[in-house]
Amino acid sequence: MIRDYKALLEPLTRLRGVRGAMVVAADDGVVVVDALMDGMKGKALAALAAALASRIVDLSTRASFGSARFIQLQAAEGSLLLVPATEQLLLVTVTGRDVPLGLTRLEMLKAAERMR
Amino acid sequence: MIEDIRALTAQLAADPTSLVFLRLGEALRQRGQLEAAQKVALTGLSRYPHLPDAHDLYARILADRHDYANAFDEWDMVLRIAPNHVGANKGIGFLYYRAGDRENAVRHLQLALAADPGDDGLRSAIDRLGGGGEVWDTPEAAQPEITEPLPARTPPAPDPFFGFEGSVNRLLLASADGLRLGGGLASTAGEDVSEVAAALVSGAAREATRAAKLLDLGEWRHVTVECGDLSFCLVQPTSDTGLIAAMDTALPVGQLHFLAERASKAATSWLERVR
Repeated sequence: MIRDYKALLEPLTRLRGVRGAMVVAADDGVVVVDALMDGMKGKALAALAAALASRIVDLSTRASFGSARFIQLQAAEGSLLLVPATEQLLLVTVTGRDVPLGLTRLEMLKAAERMR
Repeated sequence: MIEDIRALTAQLAADPTSLVFLRLGEALRQRGQLEAAQKVALTGLSRYPHLPDAHDLYARILADRHDYANAFDEWDMVLRIAPNHVGANKGIGFLYYRAGDRENAVRHLQLALAADPGDDGLRSAIDRLGGGGEVWDTPEAAQPEITEPLPARTPPAPDPFFGFEGSVNRLLLASADGLRLGGGLASTAGEDVSEVAAALVSGAAREATRAAKLLDLGEWRHVTVECGDLSFCLVQPTSDTGLIAAMDTALPVGQLHFLAERASKAATSWLERVR
């Protein structure tokens, strides 16, 4: 298990189209560590990501679909990608349009694995 | 056949108001040129919106494209205009059969036979269905293969996802108040989770809207969630409804998006009709 979360974010932020990545406390949406492009509001992003993840995890759990591994909010101008890494921590990535989503997903799942 | 199509195309070009579009559309459909057939049918329908045979043609094309929900709607439209229409009763009978509802299938086929008592193939199909037989000569209107298992329970005809695979356990339409409007969801263990999921859909959709807006991501299109057993895709057919399409996690996510998109279109047109 790796505790240097900043180092875990580095491979993610190097991917084309990624605007930022962060680790967030899942229960209260507080930023644990972030690596964001200038102008991105870390606190707002963390809070929104945690709120969305909470709703989705609740839905998938109560519908007995199994635990949520990867969440993608796809919008016209980009994506918000979430991986519930542990019960307490959420890995968050924001991307622009036309990004290699498959690769980003893979890197996020790898990073989340190293957080466990 | 090619000569027929050329000749019919020329006739239609010479007189765009001609009803020859019905023959041309059918010839194209039989040849498998469904895109072209659909264009011809829709152009004809725009000129003759109350012509039962035009709706019947379009329904057959939709059925060939496996768009059973919209095919049902078109045949339903035909029966509103011409309740004894043979093709429409055959088509709807086929769709009911496909959904596992033998009773309604036989009822519609009998209506078709009453209008065309000389159709021995139809009579034989009804006999086979009534006797518990599995397959009959598929109605000339629609010849898709019946490959998927029939659903355990059949949704009522007005269900927005009627004709869709997974219409009762993999597709769910919910209102902003958390009520189930159509379809249904089941867990992998087979437990009905429709009501509990419907209650949570609008909250998740609201969070998605808020996040996309505040992060300047533009309008959101879908939330796709990969879970241990089933993956699901959340979309909003209208601003006050939410739709979940679910699929085995092992299947490609593109297939899930495709299902969600089709279901969303069906839900939108269903909502327009019922509201």
